[in-house]
Amino acid sequence: MNWIDICSITDIPLRGARIVKTAVGCVAVFRTDDSEVFATSDRCPHKGGPLSEGIVHGKAVTCPLHNWVFSLETGEAQGADEGQIATFATQIEDGRVMLDVTELTPGVAAE
Amino acid sequence: MTQKLIIIGAGMAAGRALEHLFETAPDAYDVTLFNAEPHGTYNRIMLSPVLSGDKTFDEIVTHTAEWYEEQGVTCHFGEKVVKIDRAAQTVTSDNGGVLAYDKLIIATGSNPFIVPLPGHDLDGVIAYRDLEDTNTMIALGDKPDAKAVVIGGGLLGLEAAAGLALRGVDVTVVHIMGHLMERQLDEAAGYLLRKALVDKGITVKCSANSKEILGENGKVKALLLDDGTELPCDLLVMAVGIRPSVALAAEAGLATGRGIHVDDQMVTSDANILSLGECVEHNGDIFGLVAPIYDQAKVIAKTLAGEEAAFVNKDVATKLKVTGCDLFSAGDFAEAQGREDIVYRDPAQGVYKRLVIEDNRIVGAVMYGDTADGNWFFGLIKDKEDISEMRDTLIFGPAFQGGSPLDPMAAVAALPADAEICGCNGVCKGQIEDAIGNGATTLDDIKTTTKASASCGTCTGLVEQVLAATLGNDFVVPAAKSVCGCTDLTHEDVRRLIKSKELKSQPAVWQELGWSTQNGCHVCRPAINYYLLADWPLEYQDDAQSRFVNERNHANIQKDGTYSVVPRMWGGITTPDELRAIANAADKFDVPTVKVTGGQRIDLLGVKKEDLPEIWFDLNQAGLVSGHAYSKGLRTVKTCVGSDHCRFGTQDSTGLGVKLEKHLWGSWTPHKLKLGVSGCPRNCAEATCKDIGVVCVDSGYEISIAGAAGMEVKETEHLCKVTTEEEAIEVISAMTQVYRENAKYLDRIWKWVDKVGLDWIKGQVVENLEARKALVARFEISQTVYRSDPWAEHASKKAETYQPVAKLTLEAAE
Ligand SMILES: Cc1cc2nc3c(=O)[nH]c(=O)nc-3n(C[C@H](O)[C@H](O)[C@H](O)COP(=O)(O)OP(=O)(O)OC[C@H]3O[C@@H](n4cnc5c(N)ncnc54)[C@H](O)[C@@H]3O)c2cc1C
Ligand code: SF4
Ligand code: SF4
Ligand code: FES
Repeated sequence: MNWIDICSITDIPLRGARIVKTAVGCVAVFRTDDSEVFATSDRCPHKGGPLSEGIVHGKAVTCPLHNWVFSLETGEAQGADEGQIATFATQIEDGRVMLDVTELTPGVAAE
Repeated sequence: MTQKLIIIGAGMAAGRALEHLFETAPDAYDVTLFNAEPHGTYNRIMLSPVLSGDKTFDEIVTHTAEWYEEQGVTCHFGEKVVKIDRAAQTVTSDNGGVLAYDKLIIATGSNPFIVPLPGHDLDGVIAYRDLEDTNTMIALGDKPDAKAVVIGGGLLGLEAAAGLALRGVDVTVVHIMGHLMERQLDEAAGYLLRKALVDKGITVKCSANSKEILGENGKVKALLLDDGTELPCDLLVMAVGIRPSVALAAEAGLATGRGIHVDDQMVTSDANILSLGECVEHNGDIFGLVAPIYDQAKVIAKTLAGEEAAFVNKDVATKLKVTGCDLFSAGDFAEAQGREDIVYRDPAQGVYKRLVIEDNRIVGAVMYGDTADGNWFFGLIKDKEDISEMRDTLIFGPAFQGGSPLDPMAAVAALPADAEICGCNGVCKGQIEDAIGNGATTLDDIKTTTKASASCGTCTGLVEQVLAATLGNDFVVPAAKSVCGCTDLTHEDVRRLIKSKELKSQPAVWQELGWSTQNGCHVCRPAINYYLLADWPLEYQDDAQSRFVNERNHANIQKDGTYSVVPRMWGGITTPDELRAIANAADKFDVPTVKVTGGQRIDLLGVKKEDLPEIWFDLNQAGLVSGHAYSKGLRTVKTCVGSDHCRFGTQDSTGLGVKLEKHLWGSWTPHKLKLGVSGCPRNCAEATCKDIGVVCVDSGYEISIAGAAGMEVKETEHLCKVTTEEEAIEVISAMTQVYRENAKYLDRIWKWVDKVGLDWIKGQVVENLEARKALVARFEISQTVYRSDPWAEHASKKAETYQPVAKLTLEAAE
């Protein structure tokens, strides 16, 4: 694990998301109703919709373009649709959101 | 020879540790105990009953000075240790005494966190941690008309608030998050808790940011919030969290992180110094509850007695209760893969239950209103019992034996007899029940006898449910389409219930109408958000997170993830300056496509999200505002040039269009709203396929509604003819409002008129002048909130949120 302090929990709207730009594409960081935080790839596998712009409900997000629903925990598409988005570990420490960037910073070896 | 043991802090941890030590090795140590508080050990957890008057301080003392002396302990109560000298093995107290130790225990607990707001050091600003704080609060209760503010809507803050309220103090709780106890409760339970506290006379302010504590003569006077609200108070209690008290250990050079580092034997980085309680950090964990601390006390006693022992931080579930609220929360709600929820609501009884399941085990439970099964669930959590066998009925508790299934009509059955069912004809539930008592058995019977559902018809579903609830099996409800999978109610039912039950927040809707999901889905959330803001424009706060991307970002998302930006051109009129500003913006932001739209304005396509606030700012400078080209709300008023320039023109159609647009803009409607105003029946503005169209004639204005020019094409139907511009604006405002208040979300006017009939609408906005005036008045009230430019607001206040929160590409490069 290679934790990086991303932002304060309050920077992410409740039931909303913000994005983190990385060398391997955008990561969407979601905050649920219970102020849990999840990070996934921002790209919908269907036609590339930005998932961070979707409606967050329970522990799922609905893609803003054609309403595919993804579990934020497993990254799996729900219901009849088939697809998978990458998920990344997060944790909250003293109100700060920490993101595990092991898979996101290929250039930098974890020290 | 007996060794000298010094203990710093006589709190719950130290008291318990000494008890065990005297059992295990009664004569091994010569013990000296320091405590900053001027008394022996008491049960800190019971301070709330002392505050509320249920208990006295004496009742909660666990170890008195006498008890310690009987055990041969030398007590220095009211004396604080200020220094540890590890080389000399001595401690120094605040009255200058220096004492040597062989072994030292640090049990300093934690310090309440005081937010460093300006004024935090004023007299009358306290925490809620010890007896002194409690006594200060009790004393306030003796003062007439006393006011207190509690910052922090967590367990401690609410305990303080509940206790103060019981003592007759006027209390306001200020909480930074959107709902109370957000770490233990979800929004729905938070909503119920808030309701209960409000019923007790406590004022609760959520999502409230404190800015400054105001004082007078060195004493607290009020709390100032960052929205400018001033909350006067005689006492301000801060209950925002605790921090392990590590300063003493850190200054002595012991290893510390968030707490004092200890190993499994509770020994710190110095072999002669041990530590336990809230001040320690063990394997990265810190502690805030007594159960693990009591385990530490056992281990530390053994370590001191030279016996083998190791502390293991067991995953203990914790229970909590807020004084006088029927609330139960246990276990863990934190994020983890593969967790699932089981939610149960009984709106009629005000009951809410939620279980969090992982690997067929319950890991968390929240209960409100009916907590009788709390301990049973708590047991299942603690014992990690496999619940797969009883999963389907689990939430009904241990007593459930094939009991009655959930009744989807509970919400209707629970309505009181005087609840209004049919708004148009003012028919309440009791009248419908009477009609049924007199022999009515069908919807038509009810229509003819009571007139309920005989007008706009939105209450049809409710009337049917009253029939069903009253007649039981004799009445079969025709299948109606529910809003979505979260509820069995139809849009019409939900709208009616939001009004009749005065539901003013989404959690209120979810709870009172028995939603089966925790917080809805992408289908119902935008609809409910719209209904709430249309019905309660002043009370309800629009929720951006319940809006589709376009309405949240005030621009239309394109298939490549860029946005289109369309500034408003009132009635299709523009100026050279505006055009220059648009051209400049297009240049500056590299806009790939500039297009003239069908609504007589200009669309800048292909703007990056990050650039939106800046392009809006630039356009604002030229007086251009949002065209709401993205909203379920007023889009455009298309006009022709009319009598100003056209030889056929009968009236100033452009002028009327501009006036209408300025009057209606910013309003949210169930679906898009497009208008057209043509200067004569040649109809160059295509007004007769709009949602609302005006065709000018010599003698006035012909207003028609319900046109369509999309997948469906339909000519408008005639609503009425008026003679003045003012009247035209009035009828159109009333028309817009009646649509806003009654239509189903995502029904265009034509679709909705198909359901309710043109006659009913004419009755509301043409024939009944009083109703029309009332509609216009309600529209105006709503417009006081919404007739403003969202671009200006976002560009100045929310620009930040359009940027990524972090750019790891940069950090990686460094
Ligand atoms: C109102 C309230 C309600 C609570 N409810 C619950 C509950 O329901 N369940 C639960 O499990 N827990 C609850 N807790 C938490 C629980 O009380 C603590 O976890 C527990 O008291 C910690 O014990 P401790 O000995 O580590 O610290 P403390 O009990 O805080 O004792 C530390 C003592 O050390 C003294 N001290 C500090 N520094 C020095 C110094 N330099 N020299 C001398 N003395 C010093 C302090 O004055 C204090 O008396 C509650 C706490 C509060 C305040
Ligand atoms: S609708 Fe009539 S007034 Fe307007 S431009 Fe056409 S012809 Fe002229
Ligand atoms: S007509 Fe169809 S393709 Fe053209 S803008 Fe409208 S929705 Fe898109
Ligand atoms: S791009 Fe996400 S559903 Fe189509």
